[in-house]
Amino acid sequence: MKETADSLTQSRRNFLKTAGCLTIGFSFSCQPLSASEKPPLQDSLPGSLRQQPQINAWLEVLDDGRIRVFTGKLELGQGIRTAIAQVAAEELDMDLNKVEVHLAETGRTPHEGYTAGSGSIENSAMAVRYAAAAARQKLLELAAKRWNKPGNQLRITNGKVELKTGTEQLTFAQLLNGKQLEDTVQLPVALKSKSDYRWVGKPILRTDIERMTRGEPVYVQDLRFPGMVHARIVRPLAHGAKLRFFDVAALKKTIPGVLKTVINGNFVGILATEEYEAVQAQWFAREQARWETAKPLPDEKRLAEYIKKLPAKTRTVKESGDLKAPEQTEGILLQARYFKPYHMHGSIGPSCAVALYQENKLHIWTHSQGVYPLREALKKMLGLETDAIHVVGVPGSGCYGHNGADDVAADAALLAMAYPGKHVRLQWSRDDEHGWEPYGSAMQMEAEARLDRSGKITHWRYDLWTDSHSTRPGGEPGNLLAARSIDKPFSAPTGGYSGGGYRNSEPYYTIPNLKVDAHFFEGPLRVSALRSLGAYANVFAIESFMDELAEKAGQDPLEFRLAHLDDERAVAVIKKLQELTRSEKVAANEGIGFAFSRYKNVATYCAVAARVFVDIKTGTVQVRKMWSVIDAGEVINPDGLKNQTEGGMIQSASWTLKEQVTFGREHVSSRDWRSYPIFRFSDIPEVEVVVIARPTEKPLGAGEAAQGPTAAALTNAIYRACGKRIRDLPVRIL
Amino acid sequence: MKARLVIEVNRKPHTVEVDPNTPLLYVLRNNLELNGPKYGCGLEQCGACMVLLDGKATPSCLLPVGTIKKQSIVTLEGLTQPNGSLSPVQRAFVEQQAAQCGYCLNGMVISATALLAENKQPDDTAIRQGMERVLCRCGTQSRIIRAIRQAAKEANP
Ligand code: FES
Ligand code: FES
Repeated sequence: MKETADSLTQSRRNFLKTAGCLTIGFSFSCQPLSASEKPPLQDSLPGSLRQQPQINAWLEVLDDGRIRVFTGKLELGQGIRTAIAQVAAEELDMDLNKVEVHLAETGRTPHEGYTAGSGSIENSAMAVRYAAAAARQKLLELAAKRWNKPGNQLRITNGKVELKTGTEQLTFAQLLNGKQLEDTVQLPVALKSKSDYRWVGKPILRTDIERMTRGEPVYVQDLRFPGMVHARIVRPLAHGAKLRFFDVAALKKTIPGVLKTVINGNFVGILATEEYEAVQAQWFAREQARWETAKPLPDEKRLAEYIKKLPAKTRTVKESGDLKAPEQTEGILLQARYFKPYHMHGSIGPSCAVALYQENKLHIWTHSQGVYPLREALKKMLGLETDAIHVVGVPGSGCYGHNGADDVAADAALLAMAYPGKHVRLQWSRDDEHGWEPYGSAMQMEAEARLDRSGKITHWRYDLWTDSHSTRPGGEPGNLLAARSIDKPFSAPTGGYSGGGYRNSEPYYTIPNLKVDAHFFEGPLRVSALRSLGAYANVFAIESFMDELAEKAGQDPLEFRLAHLDDERAVAVIKKLQELTRSEKVAANEGIGFAFSRYKNVATYCAVAARVFVDIKTGTVQVRKMWSVIDAGEVINPDGLKNQTEGGMIQSASWTLKEQVTFGREHVSSRDWRSYPIFRFSDIPEVEVVVIARPTEKPLGAGEAAQGPTAAALTNAIYRACGKRIRDLPVRIL
Repeated sequence: MKARLVIEVNRKPHTVEVDPNTPLLYVLRNNLELNGPKYGCGLEQCGACMVLLDGKATPSCLLPVGTIKKQSIVTLEGLTQPNGSLSPVQRAFVEQQAAQCGYCLNGMVISATALLAENKQPDDTAIRQGMERVLCRCGTQSRIIRAIRQAAKEANP
């Protein structure tokens, strides 16, 4: 997540200059490859390989003929395990089931920061691709030397190197003689020709889904260790509240199974033999604990005005042309204001971790998106050496960003250190998760634009107000709930990563005079990264506004967008969407709406259409169908891409139509699924995703591309169905 | 107070020593070490903890184990045939790749199994009604609906 306003504009400029050929970072050949052509050679190492160029950091040859591939990323439902196996199996010409993928673990897998920002394919899978290709080269060289034969008489088949004559054959392991490939990946790396692909670009079934349907242990929640004890946390009444009374003896008397109550400043945790005892202890403790709260929260009903009035730091994201002119210019001026409330990640499985402190070493099993940064933060919080902490990534419930995963790991670590020698399993309750996870920031957006006589946008002004979009631990203990509560507390760092707030705040359209400003406030609720960060709200605002402008210009909404686009790939997704929806008929009280964005303005292209039905009398909105056309460059697993895009559209529709974190004077009040409703089956539309595959382009992460355009497609459809412009989310018709 | 209870899970009797007030979910996960039923809310709001109780999809997160008398309990694990082959619903979920993180899958497969046992050819409305109690945050519902249609078709061609 390094994008800055400058890098965005820079890359956009490069992009336009080279018309369809990406020049940022590494790139694949821009020429389409034909079967006869030589495989492409690269000029720089991709993704995470730059930091860890050694082959055996990424793959290990196993004695049984398989290989083990390492990734610093975690499987979070995005199917990364399968995608990584695909690229490795491809370069090494192996069967998929001969590739084992080892997920994020400190001291074992590469340090790849966070599993975030749709970067797993771009960084991890590409590193594995190159490491596997380099391994192939190396293995062939070794065999050539051993048999004293030229390379062209050798081939690799399913974990073996053999002479084409069939007279000699060795497994990778035999060839390496118990060693691993310790060479660094050197350029140029000859990659397999894309036309010879067997696995990449094919809709490969994810093998973990079968294990899930059988109820095999998959998640951190499923870990069991001998003698493991169960824990629950007692959170304060509100952020910053001080513990004034807690009767440990009364708790023990009421729930005899309680093994220990850990009180450290304002941090309270309970350990018990049986999980249900821990649950009961949590209920009892919540009743009896007395807290003193600090500062009251503002009035939730006035949130939109409140956040705009907060002190803010302003940053100009983009300025071009001349903005002073609009008053004197002819044409139509249009203004609008949009608002998005706080949203929850709302994982179906609340956060969970297992920790063990034994022989001066702390082991943690976690679904954190970043095992290394978590270790850094824990080290400071606990005063331990780096080597004394071992963090193992284990898949959890889908998290869609920074949820309670790191916090629960820190909680469990504190408890394990207070109760050494036993595995401590800490399961957050639903109430803990809803009430304490960091939310996606509330945002306010104001747009103003001028159209000339021909219906072209000449001037554009856009202001957005947002809190931070990342307060991940990143080595900062103050970003962990537990660290803020202990005896010697760490305070929450201010002014976290701000780039997320203005993600996609610059329209991807050609507009001569333009200014975009971002205003950063520190809001009333705890916030961090939620799928697509600020792009959801910015695209909602920009694409709603584009719809209003198209109407003012008297133009078809898609044609209006096309008239302002000069990127062929953007044009292609919109034209495809036009084609898909052209013959759609709308019934009474139905409408179809459209929206487009290119994620981060440098990644995946996505155009979305939605057909909705609005009942004006009851105010209900039913989403009937959603379409999306997506271009994520080279696609490793088209079914995985579709799955994530379908899911992204449905999730975004739920955010848009239903969701809003509510709060009272003390704390968040939406603490269960009744007070924070999300889409259920009766809300689910039919969805259709069309993938435009571009095998010769760089693969782009796509897991977040649909969030923004879906929101605007829905509100634009609502306008067509009933004439009401929705500028405040969630959608309310009456 | 702990008591010795016998419950029938996946067609076998199991003796457990637990407080009879313990919700069935914890007994299945911790005493019988089953992974199918999941903790999602503990409030009967999300369906992650579904089991088949005498064939009916039932949340297990608040159901005191002591209240279960003669009923048969089937978990996700119990849907697989003794020879290891998947049930038609499980198979359809795999073939349709109807999961992302898969945490909701237990509730989905259990509810779909109960639905199809009751209604061999559910229409779209019946499918949605039958599945309404189970939440998925990854937005996999459209694939889940497809999987249920496929399972229904295979069972009754
Ligand atoms: S865990 Fe039982 S319904 Fe949510
Ligand atoms: S697949 Fe993740 S909650 Fe349903």
